[in-house]
Amino acid sequence: MSLKPFERLDAIAVPITQPNLDTDQILPARYLQKPRANNFGEYLFRDLRFGKDGSEQAGFVLNQTPYRDGRIILAARNFGCGSSREHAVWALHDYGFRAVIAPSFGDIFYANALKNGLLPIPLPEPSVLAMLDTVQAAPGSRMVVDLEAQTVLAPDGASHTFDINAFSKHCLLKGLDELGYTLGLLDQIADFERRFEQAGS
Amino acid sequence: MQAQQAPRTLFEKIWSRHSIMQRPDGQVLLYIDQHLVQDGSAPAFEMLRQRGITPRVPSRAFATPDHYVPTDSRDLATMADPEKRQMATALMQDAARAGIRSFDLDDPRQGILHVVGPEQGLSWPGTVIVCGDSHTSTHGAVGALAFGIGATEVCQVLATQSLWQRRPKTMRIAVDGRLAAGVCAKDVILAIIGKIGAAGAVGHVIEYAGSTIASLSMEGRLTVCNMSIEAGARAGMIAPDDTTISYLAGRPFSPAGKAWEEQVGRWRALPSDPDARFDREANLSAHEIEPMVTWGTSPEDVVAVTGRVPDPAAAGQPQRREAMQRALAYMGLTPGTCMAEVPIDRVFIGSCTNGRIEDLRSAAAVVRDRKVASGVAAWVVPGSGVVKAQAEAEGLHHIFRAAGFEWRYAGCSMCLGTNGDIGAPGQRIASTTNRNFVGRQGAGVRTHLMSPMMAAAAAVTGRLSDVRQLMAGGMA
Repeated sequence: MSLKPFERLDAIAVPITQPNLDTDQILPARYLQKPRANNFGEYLFRDLRFGKDGSEQAGFVLNQTPYRDGRIILAARNFGCGSSREHAVWALHDYGFRAVIAPSFGDIFYANALKNGLLPIPLPEPSVLAMLDTVQAAPGSRMVVDLEAQTVLAPDGASHTFDINAFSKHCLLKGLDELGYTLGLLDQIADFERRFEQAGS
Repeated sequence: MQAQQAPRTLFEKIWSRHSIMQRPDGQVLLYIDQHLVQDGSAPAFEMLRQRGITPRVPSRAFATPDHYVPTDSRDLATMADPEKRQMATALMQDAARAGIRSFDLDDPRQGILHVVGPEQGLSWPGTVIVCGDSHTSTHGAVGALAFGIGATEVCQVLATQSLWQRRPKTMRIAVDGRLAAGVCAKDVILAIIGKIGAAGAVGHVIEYAGSTIASLSMEGRLTVCNMSIEAGARAGMIAPDDTTISYLAGRPFSPAGKAWEEQVGRWRALPSDPDARFDREANLSAHEIEPMVTWGTSPEDVVAVTGRVPDPAAAGQPQRREAMQRALAYMGLTPGTCMAEVPIDRVFIGSCTNGRIEDLRSAAAVVRDRKVASGVAAWVVPGSGVVKAQAEAEGLHHIFRAAGFEWRYAGCSMCLGTNGDIGAPGQRIASTTNRNFVGRQGAGVRTHLMSPMMAAAAAVTGRLSDVRQLMAGGMA
C-alpha cells in the first residue's frame, strides 16, 4: 500500500495543554465499530468538540477560528496514552493533522502514527511547554516541520532537532509502508522459524 | 559459554531469542509465538484481504470475541446495533476462514482474551505474545514479553508472524514486605502508578520483583501486569517461578508429557540473572500500601481510601493544577472531601484486570450476608466462561445474587462499553477495571478504580468505603 509522501509542513499549531490525553478522548470507543472507509475525522475528539446534541463546544480548541485549519498538534506529555486503537491516528489524519509534537507519547500510539502518515515528534518537555505558551499567547502561530532535516521551527524562530528512526523516516518521505518491505523478508523469517522450532518452541 | 555472557534480564533473554534480524537503524524483527485476536480486528483482516494475503501461521494465533459480546445473554441477536453484532460475527468468520482456532460465543470457554490466554495455558513463559489490545501486557505475568499493537501491526503479524520493534528500556520495580489484610494486587499496581505516574514507564518494559510480587498468586500477578500500560510501559513481566509453573501445569494448551519437562527446564532459566542491570529502578514497601481508589480521570490520580480528594491549589505545576481542576470538575468532586464519603450509583466487578476467580472470591467474601445498598445497580461480569462456571461451582453466584448483584456472562462489558454496556451521564461507578478516562464507561460517567473487595464494599454501603473497616464491623 502506498501512502502520500510526507512533505515539509508549514501549518498552524493547535495547543493541547492537557497531559495524558488518552486515545479514548481522541476517538471514543463507540466509533471503533466503524469500518476504515469512514471519515474518522468526523469522530476526532468527538466528545470534546461536540455536545450531546451535536452542537460545537465553543471552549474546545478545534472549534476556535485560527485552529480549525491546524495541521500540527502541539501537546503536553504522554499524548495518545491508553488504548491501542489505531483509529485514534486515523481520526487525526483524516481531520488533516500530519504531525504531533509532544514531550512523550503512548508507545503504541507512536508506532501507529508512523504507519499512517502522522509524524510523532518527541521534543524535550521544557521546549514543548515554552512553545505551548507562545502558541497560546498568539493563536494561529505557525510552525514548520521538516522531516528530511528532522527539525521543527518554533514560532519564536528557534529550530529544534528531533529523533526518528531512519527506516520510518524513509517510509514516510517516500510514502512506503513497512509491511511491503517485511513481506520481502519471508525467506529469512522462514529460516529463523525452522531453527526456532527445532530448538523447541 | 554461559559464564562468559554478561548477566541478562528476563526481558533480554526473551528479546534476543526472538530476534530474527536487525535493521541498520537498530530496530529488530521480532518473532511472535502467540497472536491473540479479538473482535476489534476486522480492520486488520480487511487490510490483509486488500493485499490478497492469508494468515501465514494460523496455528500461532488464537481468537475469541470479547469486546462486542452481550453479557446479559449469549445471543448476538439481542444486540440492537448491527455494527456491534458485525464485529463479533466478523471475527468468527475471519478466524474460521483463516483456520485460526477460536472460542466462539457459544463455546463455554469464551471470554476476555487476557483471561482466557493464561487460563487455557496458551500464554507460556519465555514467549512473545501480541494482541491488538493494550492490555496484552497482562500475559507478562507468566514471564512472557507481551504487548499491545495497532491494527496495521496486527495485519503484519498475521502476514509475517513478526514485528519490527524498537528495543525498549528496562525498569525494575521491586515491592517488598507483606500486604495487610484488605490490600491486594490491584492496590499494589494502583500505588505503583500513583508513584511513578501515567507516563512513568513510557518506552520501558517493567519487571516486577521483590517479596510482595513473589508472594502474589498468578491471578494477582496478572492484575499487576495488566495495568503496566497504565504506567505507560510497553510491557510488564514477572519472572516465572513455582507459582507460575504450578499454575500452568495441566492446562488445556500447556505442554504435556516430555514436552512439559523440557519447557519447564527452559522456564527455570528465564529469571533475570542476579547481576543483571536495568535502565531504571523503583521501590515500594508493601507496608505503605492501603486500599486504593482513584479520584480523577487518569489512573495516576489515586489515593488511599482513607485519604481525601486532593486540592489542585496545592499542585506545584500550573499544568498539573489545570489537569486536576479539569478532572475534579468532570468527577463532580470537591477538594478536601473524604474519599470514603463519596456516594456511588453503580458497581462493576469484572474485566481483564479483575475478572478472575480469585477476584470473584474476594468480592463474594465481602458481599456474603450483606445487601447491595438501595439505589445501587451492581454487576458481576466474569472474565471468562470458565471463571463463571468455576464461580458457580463454588456457589459464588448465589452470594452475589442474594445480595442483589446481577450475575452476567463473560465479556469486556462496562470496562469500555463497546458492546453497549455503559452507564448514564453523571453516574458514579465503583469499578474494578483499568481506566478511569473521561467517558470510558459512557459519556459523562464517573469511574473510580479499585480492587474487587473495595468495589464489593462500595456496593453494600452505597459509597466508596474502606473494606477493612467494613469487614471489621466498624461500618453500618
